Amino acid sequence: MIAKRTFDAVIIGGGGAGLRAALQLAHADLKVAVVSKVFPTRSHTVSAQGGIAASLGNVSEDNWHWHMYDTVKGSDYLGDQDAIEFMCRGANEAVIELEHFGMPFDRLENGKIYQRPFGGMTQDYGGAPAVRTCAVADRTGHAMLHTLYQRNIAARTHFFEEYFALDLVMDEEGYSQGVVALGIESGEPIFIEARATILATGGAGRIFSATTNALINTGDGLGMALRAGIPLEDMEFWQFHPTGVHGAGVLITEGVRGEGGYLVNRNGERFMERYAPNAKDLASRDVVSRAMAVEIFEGRGCGKDSDHVLLKLDHLGPEVIQQRLPGIRELALKFAHVDPATDPIPVVPTVHYMMGGIPTNLHGQVVMPTATGPEEAVPGLYAIGECACVSVHGANRLGSNSLLDLIVFGRAAGNDVIEYCRENPFLRPVPVQALERIAARLARWDRTGEGITVPELREEMRKTMQLHCGVFRTEAVLQDGVKKMLEIAAKLPDVVLRDQSKIYNTGRIEALELENLMAVALATMHSAAARQESRGAHARDDYPARDDNAWLKHSLYFSDAHRLDYKPVRLKPLTVEAFQPKARVY
Amino acid sequence: MRFSIYRYNPETDAKPTMQDYELDIEAEGKMLLDAILLLKEQDESLSVRRSCREGVCGSDGMNINGKNGLACVTPLKDLKQPIELRPLPGLPVIRDLIVDMSQFLKHYRSVKPYLINVDPEPEIERLQSPEDREQLDGLYECILCACCSTSCPSFWWNPDKFVGPAGLLQAYRFIADSRDQATNERLDDLEDPYRLFRCHSIMNCVEVCPKGLNPTRAIGKIKELLVKRTV
Repeated sequence: MIAKRTFDAVIIGGGGAGLRAALQLAHADLKVAVVSKVFPTRSHTVSAQGGIAASLGNVSEDNWHWHMYDTVKGSDYLGDQDAIEFMCRGANEAVIELEHFGMPFDRLENGKIYQRPFGGMTQDYGGAPAVRTCAVADRTGHAMLHTLYQRNIAARTHFFEEYFALDLVMDEEGYSQGVVALGIESGEPIFIEARATILATGGAGRIFSATTNALINTGDGLGMALRAGIPLEDMEFWQFHPTGVHGAGVLITEGVRGEGGYLVNRNGERFMERYAPNAKDLASRDVVSRAMAVEIFEGRGCGKDSDHVLLKLDHLGPEVIQQRLPGIRELALKFAHVDPATDPIPVVPTVHYMMGGIPTNLHGQVVMPTATGPEEAVPGLYAIGECACVSVHGANRLGSNSLLDLIVFGRAAGNDVIEYCRENPFLRPVPVQALERIAARLARWDRTGEGITVPELREEMRKTMQLHCGVFRTEAVLQDGVKKMLEIAAKLPDVVLRDQSKIYNTGRIEALELENLMAVALATMHSAAARQESRGAHARDDYPARDDNAWLKHSLYFSDAHRLDYKPVRLKPLTVEAFQPKARVY
Repeated sequence: MRFSIYRYNPETDAKPTMQDYELDIEAEGKMLLDAILLLKEQDESLSVRRSCREGVCGSDGMNINGKNGLACVTPLKDLKQPIELRPLPGLPVIRDLIVDMSQFLKHYRSVKPYLINVDPEPEIERLQSPEDREQLDGLYECILCACCSTSCPSFWWNPDKFVGPAGLLQAYRFIADSRDQATNERLDDLEDPYRLFRCHSIMNCVEVCPKGLNPTRAIGKIKELLVKRTV
């Protein structure tokens, strides 16, 4: 029989969202465990650079209504306006709380938190740029993640460090009962029983071959959700960040453009002036990435292969670069071999962020269609952060809204779990069959003999996704992609592990990650092939316009038979008037 | 390129061995981690930690040709062959290049690495001048990779008692924070022949830190404050 530990709540993932939720629960004296496949400060939140949005108004006049408008517009009207209001309304309190936790924000002369401009953030509903993004130099994610981890040390949160979550444990009535995780060092599975489970497993950019994402971003929570019969929402929407370092893929923050940097093509032209006359280089990311792709496609790219553009920031002067963008200088020197204080950085649009994910409401509860309604909560199951689709980002996320998403919904889910645990004080019987199914899934990797390797199949999948689900999408490219991805996924049973050892077998972890990546790639491919319009990050050459009549709706992908369903966008905010969809100009 | 890599699998090996590898790779523009990941495609059993692959998560600290560093930000072309890779020295090895970080993290936790301020929380941020904030530069950026502590002879000799450069850097990060109110308690905790005073300013930590931080300087500042307090 598998070993068992029991807590009130278990959180899967030790990034910003998971750690913020853990803190909320620990402060309420709940017994909380955080399961993380890496030591928490190795989570991908650590790589976030530019900042976290909140309408503090420390530099320019600001309020959450304007932030809300920008976020709705940025989402290309696919964002749920109740959740967006909730996030933008709660932003100031959430950021102030981080400061109180000890986060070392940069400061203005008057001692308040430093803020910088970011793409798509405006004053007065689309007017002049708003200075809204709170920053710790260009290491905001690092500072936030370490601060949250440090608070959790103080709160004595229980950590399962280097435990890989295998699957959700759900009983026959659909209640979440915890998770089975594999101790990476021991090689032994353990059942972590809890009345409430929060998925906070982050993104899955590793389904593509060119991504800013860490090697650990393999969509583990999404795979777990699909295997539990839960759909994924809006998986066709993947953000291409305009400024990934050409070749290496590492991220150069939008904060560079916030501080005054801009993009130029091979003629030295500041081309964003043509695509977004007002916002220019600070238009939202889908707009900038698309413009860059067009420049490159039409032969105005830089370098011997004309395959990138240049990000110029030398005019900011060494002082600003040293004070506000020191990490960028370090990355540019190491990965692009240029000193941005004198030379521009070669950049290309690079897969960065998954707008879709596990469908939730604004309390973080996982919701899905059932016989009783279209958005029924799965009892005891929550999802927050990048793995969730709440949906505040809709078809395109604004820069610096993701760190905000983590803490606002980490906190909200924590509060709802406290409530849920009060209403559900007793553990339910252990669903033995569910445990057996998980054990069988793990045992599949004990098989030896002939077969293909994990990296072989993984690289085939990543190349296919890059080619068939990238910036330019057409019916033929997408349908071909669906066919190829089905063939690739069908090879999964042929994969075998050469190394059958138990202790710290990273090959086995990569195999389990591949199962999750494959599930996410299939969800992405099918959702993208079905949506016949262009909206936000989903840009189709054969359907160049947004089609609100047919497509102002969320996709839901179910893994059984790759079925798609749809649900309406929540256009009604909590208290204010709705923002009606209109043409999107920057 | 030629590599010589420390291998140890506790399930099958009585003791560690160095294993030779050859890899056909264009070194220009590549990092050491790129090569290790390719080697792992050849030999699935080769084990290493990695995450961000850009020098901010601190996973892939290891001993590279005798010097601690992060594989993901170490340019391949600068390395003398055969490139010799060993786990970070002074910590128990779990497998191959993976060390047990428990001792290191225990010291980190022991310095109470969190802001202590007992005043009622204001509705807005606690104010801090840019000058006061600047005091934290060079301290808060630590990524807990352990390159520094595991290059420190004092840490090798007293791994259970000496906090080590990483932990002490964090201790000073909170002492230096104008918002923190526990300076005296923090200094009391460190006024100890082992916890702080095992540092003999050998400065290996400064030399290896992949983020360019200076733990020796932070430790010096703590010592200064201790002296100041007695006069």
